[in-house]
Amino acid sequence: MTTVLVFFIILAAMTMIGAIGTVTARNVVHAALFLILSLLAVAGLFVLLLAEFLAIVQVLIYGGAITILLLFALMLTRARETALKLDNNQRVLAFLATGAIFAALTVIFLLSDWPDPIQDPQRPGFTGIAEVLFQQWAIPFEVASLVLLIALIGAIVISRPGPEE
Amino acid sequence: MIAIEYYLVLGAALFAVGVYGVLVRRNAVLILMSIELMLQAVNINLLAFSSYLIPRGDTERHLGFIFAIFVITIAAAEVGLALGIVLRIYRNRSSVNVDELNRMKW
Repeated sequence: MTTVLVFFIILAAMTMIGAIGTVTARNVVHAALFLILSLLAVAGLFVLLLAEFLAIVQVLIYGGAITILLLFALMLTRARETALKLDNNQRVLAFLATGAIFAALTVIFLLSDWPDPIQDPQRPGFTGIAEVLFQQWAIPFEVASLVLLIALIGAIVISRPGPEE
Repeated sequence: MIAIEYYLVLGAALFAVGVYGVLVRRNAVLILMSIELMLQAVNINLLAFSSYLIPRGDTERHLGFIFAIFVITIAAAEVGLALGIVLRIYRNRSSVNVDELNRMKW
């Protein structure tokens, strides 16, 4: 067993524990905390995949901003007091459906003939990503910033109290 | 480097757990959390392919990284907008359980 495999198994276990905790926790705040565990473990996996930049972005945006936003939403909607029953009654059906999805995907992945991994993979680093992102993909990047701006304005407009309130 | 199948199977498992959460949860915010899990699974797959497969020419260089950056961007926009909608629904209906929001159901 190589060191990478050991780290992969640890991080994958953390990811799956966090993910399963997120979808099964009886308490909504515990679900959010499990989600943070899962997202941070995924950031570790990004490091294993030679994507340090993505790992940092993951910790900043997901670990920081998005989970805090979700916790705020849980707090503002008083989910803790109102939700006695967090799951609907489709559990068995949903479990069968997701099991089928997982089985099908796994079989396809394991049967496919993947090319051999690159022996000395090129680590893009910050410079490499910046070069590709700001030269080759500059216009999609600008469009993404426009999407963020519109989402920001939309969120403000939607959640602002209307004249009748 | 370990075999690419490890990452792909982990991504499939994470995606399946996210689908389970979307199907089973009643609270809209918990459904959003499950969607985040599914997006994470997609990101793992994109980065795995980007790191493992040899790019064809300059146009495919680090393509998976770029895709993952855009996925994270769109996820941030989606969460912000969706939580605005959730707060609005809570103000109007005093509930964010999706099975109680049946006004537009025929």
